[in-house]
Amino acid sequence: METRTAFHKRLREIQDDVLALGSMVSKATLRSVEALKNRDLGLARQVVADDKKVNQKRFDIEEKCVQLIATQQPMASDLRIIVAVLNIITEMERIGDHAEGIARIAILIGDEPPLKPLIDIPRMAEQAVDMLRRTLDAFVNRDAATARQISAEDDTVDQLYDQVFRELLTFMAEDPRTITRATRLIWVAHNLERSADRVTNICERVVFVVTGKMEEIGASKY
Amino acid sequence: MDINITLPENNTRPAEKCVTKLMVEQINLYYGDFQALRDITLDIPSCSITAIIGPSGCGKSSLLRLFNRMNDLIHGARVEGNIELDGIPVYDSKIDVVELRKRVGMVFQKPNPFPMSVFENVAYGPRRHGIKNRGKLAEIVEQSLHQAALWDEVKDKLGQSGLALSGGQQQRLCIARVLAVEPEVILMDEPCSALDPVATLRIEDLMRSLAEDYTIIIVTHNMQQAARVSDTAAFMMMEPDRAGVLVEYGPTAQLFTNPRDKRTEDYITGRFG
Repeated sequence: METRTAFHKRLREIQDDVLALGSMVSKATLRSVEALKNRDLGLARQVVADDKKVNQKRFDIEEKCVQLIATQQPMASDLRIIVAVLNIITEMERIGDHAEGIARIAILIGDEPPLKPLIDIPRMAEQAVDMLRRTLDAFVNRDAATARQISAEDDTVDQLYDQVFRELLTFMAEDPRTITRATRLIWVAHNLERSADRVTNICERVVFVVTGKMEEIGASKY
Repeated sequence: MDINITLPENNTRPAEKCVTKLMVEQINLYYGDFQALRDITLDIPSCSITAIIGPSGCGKSSLLRLFNRMNDLIHGARVEGNIELDGIPVYDSKIDVVELRKRVGMVFQKPNPFPMSVFENVAYGPRRHGIKNRGKLAEIVEQSLHQAALWDEVKDKLGQSGLALSGGQQQRLCIARVLAVEPEVILMDEPCSALDPVATLRIEDLMRSLAEDYTIIIVTHNMQQAARVSDTAAFMMMEPDRAGVLVEYGPTAQLFTNPRDKRTEDYITGRFG
């Protein structure tokens, strides 16, 4: 018979908050790239403004975790969940920052003529967001195997990044007047590569929740 | 002291139902020449669990016993100041103390079932208050045991002696006995100190569910228990003349994460006491 129902209810609420934060930063990432692709400055500004909500949500969750640690003496898996959440929300807040960074680049680019149609950059964003969504599912399901598997998928994002980088390099080599525009797109791709890396850090936390072991899985080449 | 009670974290009831249940104003308590409590002022909200913590001898239990005038039973006890239950002065000479103790029930440190059956333990209070109908009594007993999360464990042995139950079950039986007279406030004086950790957590869980309908005030030596179970917490300590004073009173989450008074910080971090 469960003896700590009130505590476990609050722990579940924190988990729900983590999912909500995940949804916020996923949306921010996709919208930032959409803003860039469609030259939608209004949407880009919206992403920048919404990042404050992401930061606030992270602080709120952190405060709830501190209160639970201070008042509920969490033990074993309960303690691991709270410690993992503190790390996961930090990673997600940074993913939110990367999205904000992309939105700021979109604003910076403004209505400059496009260098090339964006193909791989939206793919990177979709891949990173999909990894994050499935990682949070693995967190909720306490599924270490899936977390390890998702972590390995970071290679796909790294390959896309390489591809974007190489392609933009050729533009710059051919015509130095494209250097500014190409560099900005490299920054965008770099932000997305970082986001996917942060998802792999979250995967490590999922493994920690399940196994109690802190281990580095699928180290990124970058 | 600036006391600002926010709505408890665990509270699920509408805010308008949360009112000051007990108002304590400038209370001084003396046992003969000895002053046990000095200038205690605090408001206890209705929809929550309030914990009183502090080192041994700081007057926690003395303060708790003021709420249903249990100190009246101690020779030489004298109270100055005002305590109001729903706006009615508890120490008014016109107050019916038996009626007061019906409204403000108490659970003690050591489970103390009467040497009678489980059923009779719970039916005792309602009988004393004039309920004679067997069917009505059975209904009250079942409901009270349900509320005390004990029904499933004792429904087949209502005729057995209450003393035959385990320690944790006995304490829940005592809680059921209190609930049977439909109190509004439940005072708990170290209710888990004689219980093992699992029985303790069960009582704490029970307290949380009871806090939906009752005002609960718990005195505990166990700081972690106060942190786990309460919505608001009061920290008391002794002054050099051994009189107990209220150092800090506020939302539990704040008291245990960011206390306002250095003495509270020192106590809860184990730097004194």
